[in-house]
Amino acid sequence: MFTGTNASPGITLGKALIVKHEELVIEKKDINSVDEELKRFDDAMEKSIEELNSVKEKALKDLGKEEAEIFEAHLMVLDDPELIKSTKDKITNENLNAEYAFKEIINQFITIFESMENEYMRERAADIKDVSDRVLRHLLGKTIIDLATLEEEVILIAHDLTPSDTATMNKDKVLGFLTNTGGRTSHTAIMARSLEVPAVVGLKNITEKVNNEDYIVFNGDSGEVIINPDEKTIEKYKKLKLNYEKMKKELESLKGKESISTDGRKVELAGNIGTPKDIDGLKNNDAEGVGLYRTEFLYMNRDNLPTEDEQYESYKKVLESMNPNPVVIRTLDVGGDKNLPYLEFENEMNPFLGYRAIRLCLDKKDIFITQLRALLRASNHGNLRIMFPMISSLEELLEAKKVLEGVKADLNNEGIEYSKDIEVGMMIEVPSAAIISDILAKHVDFFSIGTNDLIQYTTAVDRMNEKISYLYRPFNPAVLRLIKMVIYNGHKENIWVGMCGEMAGDQKLIPILLGMGLDEFSMSPISILSARKLIRSLKYEDAKEIANKVVNIGTAKEIEEYMEKVLD
Amino acid sequence: MEKTIIVSNESGLHARPAGLLVSKAKNYASDIQIKYQDKIVNAKSIMNLLSLGLSKGSEITIITKGDDEEKALNELVDLLENQLD
Repeated sequence: MFTGTNASPGITLGKALIVKHEELVIEKKDINSVDEELKRFDDAMEKSIEELNSVKEKALKDLGKEEAEIFEAHLMVLDDPELIKSTKDKITNENLNAEYAFKEIINQFITIFESMENEYMRERAADIKDVSDRVLRHLLGKTIIDLATLEEEVILIAHDLTPSDTATMNKDKVLGFLTNTGGRTSHTAIMARSLEVPAVVGLKNITEKVNNEDYIVFNGDSGEVIINPDEKTIEKYKKLKLNYEKMKKELESLKGKESISTDGRKVELAGNIGTPKDIDGLKNNDAEGVGLYRTEFLYMNRDNLPTEDEQYESYKKVLESMNPNPVVIRTLDVGGDKNLPYLEFENEMNPFLGYRAIRLCLDKKDIFITQLRALLRASNHGNLRIMFPMISSLEELLEAKKVLEGVKADLNNEGIEYSKDIEVGMMIEVPSAAIISDILAKHVDFFSIGTNDLIQYTTAVDRMNEKISYLYRPFNPAVLRLIKMVIYNGHKENIWVGMCGEMAGDQKLIPILLGMGLDEFSMSPISILSARKLIRSLKYEDAKEIANKVVNIGTAKEIEEYMEKVLD
Repeated sequence: MEKTIIVSNESGLHARPAGLLVSKAKNYASDIQIKYQDKIVNAKSIMNLLSLGLSKGSEITIITKGDDEEKALNELVDLLENQLD
C-alpha cells in the first residue's frame, strides 16, 4: 500500500493508464545560421499560440471561465516580451540553437518560482514548464499526448498532470488521478476537486510502481493507494465506494434543511472562517451563519497593520455574502502562538497566559479602535455580531464595551452610519469567565465557548506540548461541567450560547452539547452537513438525559466510550 | 514619472491580478517598470512581474517613461489600488 496527500475526496477502483510525456532531450548543437534559429523559434512560438488558443476554447466550453484562465496565462507567457527578447539575445549572442537557448532562459525562471516561499507560487513553476514544453516539443518535432480520445475508463497515473492534460482529457472516462508530485494546492489537486474526481498526489514514485492495465483501488480521503489488490480488498473498497456515494447524496439532500431534532429543538449550525476566501466553503456546506471569523489573518503575513479601509472591505465582503445570516466577528486575537512581526512582542515564559488578545487590544487601544471602526462601518452590509476574545474578568468586558461605545460616539459625531442592531458578545475560554458567567451574562448579548483554550486552561495542559497531549481531552468531565454551567447561566439571563471550538463539530460530543441546550454550533464548514444529519436523528429529550448522565461520569475515557455506544 | 504604492489586495500580485496588470500595461506605448526592493522589472512581462513574488503589503514603485506616461501611471495605480480583488 502507498500513502500520499489526499487531494480530492472519494473512492475509486479501475485500470491504470500511465501518462508519460516523451522525454524532451535538449542538446546544445552547432547551428548553421542565427537567422535560421530565430525563425525556428518564432515558428514554434506561433504554433504553440495557435494550439493554446484552441485548448483555451475547449476549456472554456467544457470547464468554464475560471479554468480557461490558466491558458490565458499560458498565452501571456508566450507573449512575454522579456522572455522572447532574452531567448533571441541568447541565440544571437552565443550562437545557440533555439531549443537550448529557450530552455536555459526558462530554467532561470523555473528556479526563481520553485524557490518562492508561497506554496501557490511554487506550484506555478509547473505551469511554466507546461507551456515551455509545448514550445520545446514544436522545436523538436515531437507530438503531444492526447487524452481527449480516451476510450475506456481509467485512473490516470502521472509524474504530474499538466493543465493541458486536464483541460483536454475526456473527463467521462477518468476515474481518478495519482501523481508523484504536488500538494493540496497543486494544479492537479485543484482540478481534481473541481471535476469531482478522487485524487491522491505526492506519491513520490507511483509511476514506477504501476504498470499500464494494473488494477488500482484508492481512497482520496485517506490518501491510501493499493495496486492489484486481492478480491477481498476489492470487495471492501466497492462497499466503501457505495457507502461514500450514499453518504454524499444524503448529506447533499440536507442542504436547505433545518438543523432540528426529531422533537423540534432547533439550533444554528455555523462555520468558522479565517478569510473572506472561505465563504465558498460556507456556501457549499450550507452554513447558517459564521460563528467565528478569526480576524487575525488580516494582520498576519505582512509587514504593517491593516488599515481601517482594508479591514472594512474584508468584513463587508463576508457580511454581504452571508446576509441576512449572522456573522460573528472576533476582534483581534494575537499573542500566544500567533505573533505579528511588526508589533514587538517580548519573549514570555508562558505566552498563552500572557500578553494576548483582548489584553493587547486594551493596551494598544489605537489598534483596537481601528478595528472597531471598520467593524461598525461594515455593519451596514449585513448581520454583524462583535465578539471579544479571552475575557477573564468583568472589568475587562466593561472596558472593551466602553471602547466600543466611544467608537460609536465618534462615528455619530462624524455622521458615519452603522447598524443599531449589532449584538455584542464574548468568548468563554478562560475558566474565571466561565465561573462568573452568571454575572457576565448580564452585560452581553451572547456567549461563545472557545473550547480549544478552555480545555487547556481548565486542565492546565499546554495544547502544543505533545508529551502531555493525552491529557488534552474534550471529554474531560470538568470541562463538560463548565460548559453546562455556562449554557445554564446564559439562558438564565436570556442570552444565546454558542460554541466555536473543535468540539462543536465532533459527532461524539454533539448529542451532549445539544442536550445541554447549546444554541449555536460553529465548526469547520466541512463538518456542518454531517452535524445536521446527526442532530436531525436525535431527540432533544434523550440528549438532555445523555448530558445529565455524562457530567456524573468520572473519567474522560468512560465518557467517550459511553458516547460511542450511544452513537451505535 | 513614478509613484510608490503598497500592494493591498488580499492575495498579493499572484497569477490573476498580475495578468490583469500586464494586460493593462501593454496598452501603453510608454516603458513601464516596477521597482521592488533592489529589483526593477518590465511590467509588460508576466514572468518578470511574477518573479518578484509580491504579496499583500509589499511596497512597490511604478515607473513610466514615454508619450503616455502620465495616463499610464494614473491608470495603473488606480488598477492596483482599487480594481484588484
